[in-house]
Amino acid sequence: MAFIDRTARALLLTELVSGMALTFRAMFKQKVTLNYPHEKGPLSPRFRGEHALRRYPNGEERCIACKLCEAVCPAMAITIEAEPRSDGSRRTTRYDIDMTKCIYCGLCQEACPVDAIVEGPNFEYSTETRAELYYNKEKLLANGDRWEARLAANLAADAPYR
Amino acid sequence: MASFWTFVWPLILIVAAIVAIIVPVLIGVAYLTYAERKVMSAMQRRQGPALVGPLGLLQPVADGLKLFGKEMVIPSGANPGVFLFAPFLTFVLSLIAWAVMPFGAHLVLSNINVGILYLYAISSLGVYGTIMAGWASNSRYSFLGGLRSAAQMVSYEVSMGLIMVTVLLCVGSFNLSEIVLAQQTVWFAVPLFPMFVIFFISILAETNRAPFDLPEGEAELVGGFFTEYSCMNFALFMLGEYSNMILMSAIAVVLFLGGWLPPLNFEPFAPFVNLVPGPVWFALKIAFVLFFFIWMRAAFPRYRYDQLMRLGWKIFLPFTLLWVIVTASALEIFGWLPKVVP
Repeated sequence: MAFIDRTARALLLTELVSGMALTFRAMFKQKVTLNYPHEKGPLSPRFRGEHALRRYPNGEERCIACKLCEAVCPAMAITIEAEPRSDGSRRTTRYDIDMTKCIYCGLCQEACPVDAIVEGPNFEYSTETRAELYYNKEKLLANGDRWEARLAANLAADAPYR
Repeated sequence: MASFWTFVWPLILIVAAIVAIIVPVLIGVAYLTYAERKVMSAMQRRQGPALVGPLGLLQPVADGLKLFGKEMVIPSGANPGVFLFAPFLTFVLSLIAWAVMPFGAHLVLSNINVGILYLYAISSLGVYGTIMAGWASNSRYSFLGGLRSAAQMVSYEVSMGLIMVTVLLCVGSFNLSEIVLAQQTVWFAVPLFPMFVIFFISILAETNRAPFDLPEGEAELVGGFFTEYSCMNFALFMLGEYSNMILMSAIAVVLFLGGWLPPLNFEPFAPFVNLVPGPVWFALKIAFVLFFFIWMRAAFPRYRYDQLMRLGWKIFLPFTLLWVIVTASALEIFGWLPKVVP
């Protein structure tokens, strides 16, 4: 009986037909891909993208040169030099991130006591040369200014869980 | 001057007819690549080409321009003459077969009496392009790909021939138009359904399409027999492969799906289906078979080489041979043999 069953199935190509039925049904299902440059997928508030240095609303930079991020960075991508400013506050004179070393672990933003260094929602910052990926303080602050609205919104959204 | 025109006028007419056949076939080839990508992407739940032109409709044009902008590479170890001739041969062979294809009642370039033999011969010659390409490239991948392809095409041609014999038994003529006209009551796909299925699978193997696309099995042979080809030559191979697909679908339509005859050609529907001209039905049926080609590619993984040979020689060949005998006996016993005017 098993032999007849097996032979009949083989002759009637049941496996092929069921396989084809599966692909045919898939044709009418919703597409799972996005039209990337035109459509983008949702990002979590915790998304760890390009780094940014934030400022206070009055324009003063948040970073106080505590160097916790530099210390915690497992890839040793962050380099900070600091000295007291003329008004006596402690600020960085140099804040570099080598984006080619960075592993986007997010430990720098976890370590930061003043939410100065954060990883923003931007993931489209490919460059044509390697040198452009050695970010300095100017670039990071510019990123902060550019993305501040989304950065602040993300931090606020994630705040209850921190 | 009259004698001049009596020679030239038919020539012009024939050239015009050839252009009228080849241009739609080439456009069909271009949009077959597009349709393949769209249908496969739909079956894999992707979007497919959508950026070049509305809905990506200009994608084939962009692909063609890209290919023609490439550098033509002739490997230093290759035999340049044969190397350049092989894609040309593949392409030409896939086009000249259209000469005998009946697109409608009396719509055929050359209505020869052995049309089906002509088609069979031309499709058998196709293997030369493949094996010449594989051999002339002087590369191990091309060579192995060419050998596999040759063996595969030859194996499946045998059972294809036997399937054609079953159809011919029912028709009593080698003429393609008469094969179509013999299907006015019922298409041969219905009484000869197993043969139709085997024929379809054989033409998949014959055109080197998935799941029998071993000659170009990327995993083991890089690109198969056209590994070394680039630019124009590669484009000619692709055009040849795709127009071969269309050609084989056309043969399947003529043999089994009633050629240009409309479907539902009986009383309540007959006046409506006959409003659509025959060539349109022919094209629609070809498109239907081509959809199956693409569908198979999206649904099934590639066969292993020994499985392919086993299927061709140990299953299809005995089965078709048996079916030839069964059909012949049935025709003889029930007195359904076609009346052939000697």
